[in-house]
Amino acid sequence: MKAARFDYLRPGDVGEALAALANAEGAKILAGGQSLGPMLNLRLARPALLVDISRLKALQQLEDAGRAWHIGAGVTHARLEDARGRLSGGEMLCEVAAAIAYRSVRNRGTIGGSLAHADPAADWPLALAALGASVNVRGPTPRNILVAHFVQGAFTTTLAANEIIESIDVPKLSRAGRYGFYKFCRKTGEFAEASAAAVFDPESGVASIFLGALRGIPRPLTSLAQQVAREGKIAASTEAVSQALAQSVSGLDAVEHSMATAVVTRALMQVLAP
Amino acid sequence: MTPIALSVNGRKIQALVEPRTHLADFLREHCRLTGTHLGCEHGVCGACTVLIDDEPARSCLTYAVQCDGLAVQTIESFDGDPIMQELRTAFSREHGLQCGFCTPGMLIAARDIVRRLPDADARRIRVELSGNLCRCTGYLGIVNAVESVIAARASKPTAVAPMAAAPPRAPLQAFAPTSEVARALA
Repeated sequence: MKAARFDYLRPGDVGEALAALANAEGAKILAGGQSLGPMLNLRLARPALLVDISRLKALQQLEDAGRAWHIGAGVTHARLEDARGRLSGGEMLCEVAAAIAYRSVRNRGTIGGSLAHADPAADWPLALAALGASVNVRGPTPRNILVAHFVQGAFTTTLAANEIIESIDVPKLSRAGRYGFYKFCRKTGEFAEASAAAVFDPESGVASIFLGALRGIPRPLTSLAQQVAREGKIAASTEAVSQALAQSVSGLDAVEHSMATAVVTRALMQVLAP
Repeated sequence: MTPIALSVNGRKIQALVEPRTHLADFLREHCRLTGTHLGCEHGVCGACTVLIDDEPARSCLTYAVQCDGLAVQTIESFDGDPIMQELRTAFSREHGLQCGFCTPGMLIAARDIVRRLPDADARRIRVELSGNLCRCTGYLGIVNAVESVIAARASKPTAVAPMAAAPPRAPLQAFAPTSEVARALA
């Protein structure tokens, strides 16, 4: 399968990329191309112009910003995977990155591209929502928005046609903080059939559990998270998780409910492990 | 058509390409390097894996225009590479191939595993090879081949420092959560 015709532009900086987006009809950003590439080859996407931002230096930062990790939109999954041991308070990022697709995909796929694509089964929209991360968007008016609000539905975000994601701020976990991430894939590296992320930090008061791989956006399980923070293991039993899901997530059939229960329970087991 | 200049297997190449021409088609049809195989053309099978600036990548998901100024290496270019020599011998000995269609991508992925993960066991090798599909071997011979190359190299001194053990930590303590979802930055 070959892509339909498109024009190609490799701008020298973010401003040039934004100008190209503003001036061209049917322009689309190309970052790592690991989701857009298949869509182009299958002709599910037929943009008139691709604006390649993959080599923009300004989008490559991976910086310690004090209370958060500041991650350029063009940082690849492989770079985060290889940062293991050097991302204090951001260890969850390395772990999630390492389990995305395959190494040859991680070498090119980017964190910003994954968020912009917003596949419901993808790992970044889920993990970054649970971490309370926010997206720095560049466009006519720069803005900062929580990932949980940025992603609006399957393949749908608040990103306008003349905006690009510049970076992502990921709050650090304290030494006392814990995280869990679990997904079911039919084959290693495939998109998840069920996935869950959990982040708990006594120092900041953060208690969040998100369920992913649904038909739409990752769903927060707020009251379950609060109960687990207060009561620990008792509130994280399979029965408790199953009940919480029955109350707060509608539209799951029996098998989906059972898979969702398992991924949430296992993510919580990681959180509560001694 | 867009002019590009890149290095392919160490040779400088200049060409005019359509932006929609992916790297694998460029390599096969313009450079006549047919060792790079095309299976699925949407990033699933791994047969088209090449090195772009020393890192394995799907050549069906990268367009040739994107490689302007970069260095591409295909399976034809590893004659002087000691790890690849060892892998070829091991693949042959362990029956790591039958029809050979997946082999170029398998070898490039396997070389990356040997370089990057000198401690990989059979399970890790299987996980790392999950992006390369083989329909003949059932994988056992391939995994055995990669494992044997890693084992043979492990007896030689290595420059890679072992990872420090994680410090012990206390279990999560009970706490009163804030009402908002994760607002540590607020």
